[in-house]
Amino acid sequence: MSAIATAQADDHAQDHGHHHKETFISKYVFSYDHKMISKQYLVTGIFMGIIGIMMSLLFRMQLAWPGESFAIFEVLLGKWAPEGVMDPNIYLALVTIHGTIMVFFVLTAGLSGTFSNLLIPLQIGARDMASGFMNMVSYWLFFLSCVIMVSSIFVEAGPAAAGWTIYPPLSALPQAQGGSGLGMTLWLISMAVFIASSLLGSLNYIVTVLNLRTKGMSMTRLPLTIWALFITAVIGVVSFPVLLSAALLLIFDRSFGTSFFLSDIFIQGEVLHYHGGSPVLFEHLFWFLGHPEVYIVLLPALGITSEIIATNARKPIFGYRAMVASILAIAFLSTIVWGHHMFVSGMNPFLGSVFTFTTLLIAIPSAVKAFNYITTLWKGNLQMNPAMLFSIGLVSTFITGGLTGIILGDSTLDINVHDTYFVVAHFHLVMGISAIYGFLAGVYHWFPKMFGRMLNKNLGYVHFWVTAVCAYGIFFPMHFVGMAGLPRRYYTNTNFPIFDDLMDINVVMTVFALIAGAVQVVFLYNFFYSMFYGEKAPRNPWKSNTLEWTTPVEHIHGNWPGEIPEVHRWAYDYSKTKENGEYVIAGQDYVPQTVPLQEGEEELNH
Amino acid sequence: MEATVTTATEGKVWGGGNKPLNASYGKMMIWYFILSDALTFSGFLAAYGLTRFKFIDSWPIADEVFNHFPFLHGVDAPMYYVALMTFILIFSSVTMVLAVDAGHQMKKSKVAWYMFFTVIGGLIFLGSQAWEWKNFIQGTYGAVETKGGQILQFVDAGTGERLALSDFAVPGSEAKQGVNANGMSAQVEEAEHIYAVQDIVDGFNTHQNVLLRTERLDEHGHKTLLTREQSAEKLKNAVHVVEGANLIRNEYGNTQFADFFFFITGFHGFHVFTGVVLNVIIFFNVILGTYEKRKSYEMVEKVGLYWHFVDLVWVFVFTFFYLV
Repeated sequence: MSAIATAQADDHAQDHGHHHKETFISKYVFSYDHKMISKQYLVTGIFMGIIGIMMSLLFRMQLAWPGESFAIFEVLLGKWAPEGVMDPNIYLALVTIHGTIMVFFVLTAGLSGTFSNLLIPLQIGARDMASGFMNMVSYWLFFLSCVIMVSSIFVEAGPAAAGWTIYPPLSALPQAQGGSGLGMTLWLISMAVFIASSLLGSLNYIVTVLNLRTKGMSMTRLPLTIWALFITAVIGVVSFPVLLSAALLLIFDRSFGTSFFLSDIFIQGEVLHYHGGSPVLFEHLFWFLGHPEVYIVLLPALGITSEIIATNARKPIFGYRAMVASILAIAFLSTIVWGHHMFVSGMNPFLGSVFTFTTLLIAIPSAVKAFNYITTLWKGNLQMNPAMLFSIGLVSTFITGGLTGIILGDSTLDINVHDTYFVVAHFHLVMGISAIYGFLAGVYHWFPKMFGRMLNKNLGYVHFWVTAVCAYGIFFPMHFVGMAGLPRRYYTNTNFPIFDDLMDINVVMTVFALIAGAVQVVFLYNFFYSMFYGEKAPRNPWKSNTLEWTTPVEHIHGNWPGEIPEVHRWAYDYSKTKENGEYVIAGQDYVPQTVPLQEGEEELNH
Repeated sequence: MEATVTTATEGKVWGGGNKPLNASYGKMMIWYFILSDALTFSGFLAAYGLTRFKFIDSWPIADEVFNHFPFLHGVDAPMYYVALMTFILIFSSVTMVLAVDAGHQMKKSKVAWYMFFTVIGGLIFLGSQAWEWKNFIQGTYGAVETKGGQILQFVDAGTGERLALSDFAVPGSEAKQGVNANGMSAQVEEAEHIYAVQDIVDGFNTHQNVLLRTERLDEHGHKTLLTREQSAEKLKNAVHVVEGANLIRNEYGNTQFADFFFFITGFHGFHVFTGVVLNVIIFFNVILGTYEKRKSYEMVEKVGLYWHFVDLVWVFVFTFFYLV
């Protein structure tokens, strides 16, 4: 035992003894401290989110009022909106960059980066990440990739416009469209840097969870947030490198004349030299990342939700081990379902049926999670604060979005709605909105930990209810538009009389989108105002069990003054009673993980 | 749920407060990095496999391409040199193991020597790869490409041996405006040796022993040899003279063959280069006594893991590009 006890001491346990004099640069810019890096990720993520959401509002306006002139277009898009009318090229570019920014920069780096950095050391009882230096490098590579991506918006021929999936040959040939020139080159460079950042971050998260758990924090006592973030990092390590392969091959096709993805192409009567490549190969490589990426986005949100729902229902999470098993099952299955994105790409129909089978299997762990959330809520003493509302919102959108996933996962059904707005509605609900809800829930819940102040609750309520109504207002009707056959990514639908009937509903969706966008300003105000002027936070505002609430409100390097606390129980002993029916700790309906087994208390086998 | 069990974690492997895998975080990071990098290579090799199967009936025969050996000009030595450089790389893995082992025993000079040998092995491998690339880019025989992008190679009807362009054709004056296979406009002194399609056709017409063979493989895995009449007919479709290889066309056959060769061996070579750089850094640290002071040679072990991984990847590249 003594050998084990000393083993942890050498890395970090003694870090807190000596405080360095910190300069502005070492504290706020090139910080090694996980709490500061987490805030850097959060603020960068929010900034990118503002850009991404603004873009969606612009193209939603074009979809509702096609070809109409808006002064805002002229102001924001400049030469891309002559006389205030949006140019088709910039429409495609906006759709592409919106998707890229939201999926990678907001919901991968912004979500995972923020909460992995904040919660992993704090909730497992570690002084910091395994390697603070690599953590810092990871953030700054992410920042660099953000800069490159944002700068690509300003290149002369326009940013990448081949869709966030950048299928060749459209993305590979500069002659194909303006956005396939320098804009696409910058897109690919930005993503390559992003992948490096993601890899460094993920390596850190994984080894920190494995090696730096405090005494008593066994794997089955980890909060579900940590399980989710841990497995997310593993999926990232496995799937992002394959995107890197695809991106590198594409860079060679674009810049050095290889034909990995290109074959026998004529442009303007001229035969290009490309020979023998396959665009479907790109789709395979891309979606081998692309599908796990969905879970990289979603799992952290699900983990955050588990934690928040249990805390605010004042009940233990229902089926802890089933939740862990579901996370593992989802992670495994996510790597063998990529073909369901390619049912109409000319893939062998038999292979399609195999992918249908594996895809539908994901419904099982997903349903386990959904039911476990509901049963955790069942008869709970619900504390309806904004974090809880967003978490419940996530459960709702996860179910509604997930159900349409069953339709899309089935190749025979998918063919009818492939590449229509039905798909757009599905993935926005199940990964877009759900993950954003998880992100916002996390921000509301851990804001006191991050900034030592509370967010304003009433503004939070306004933010939640308007967002929730508008999100369904946008994406619920979108299913029907999709089933009516409206294809996604089209600049305008007025050229097809068959879609004339859908004009009004497009206006409805856009109005909801504009309101949803506007109400985020309430959140931003709340966020930045509370950061400086919010009510001072108590040490444990939500009466939560996990370790992060045992640290002082004021951030210190090394997290805990003195010894790292030892853990004696799992994270979900809410409303637990002794054999005599009294709460384990008199007058308190929660038992923090650091509290040893009390007299008369039974240790439950969860 | 009601059963009382003890979940005390004292002394349990995964109980927290220890290193469950008995490895430092740095070593585990290397392992996970290797996992990640392995998947990048898997992506490339899967892409290569898919493409090769698409052209399984016309893929170039590796034994005919990689048959050079230093100082043995004109000798058909299929795979000899690749086998040698593979051996050298694997041997450098052996010296790396010895360096790690010496590190465990805290024998500084032994570690330094073995690291030195490892670096030398890596450098020889890189040099060999450069030489392979040089031969590949330069080419040996030359060929012509048809309108449809097929490569036609020349064979002596009498002996069945491959013919180089210079064996039967004479570069004409027209060629001076031509471009060589590497797509660069011809250098003035080089221009004398550059063939135009017409030069090849002339040479073919004047030499009755010249036959063409196509990319297509017959049931025995040999390239299909055309008759004299078929050859003459086929040659009418020729639009390019191809000597050597680049990313756009190569004299060996399918474009993808050279594309993947350059890309994957290049990507691997980049890894080896990185490994050599890391090894050199560690080598100097060993000499400076950094690890002696630290009382641990774990850094040697970490770069060792990476080095073994790079070797392992080469085994796969070697298998899929050269052997099968």
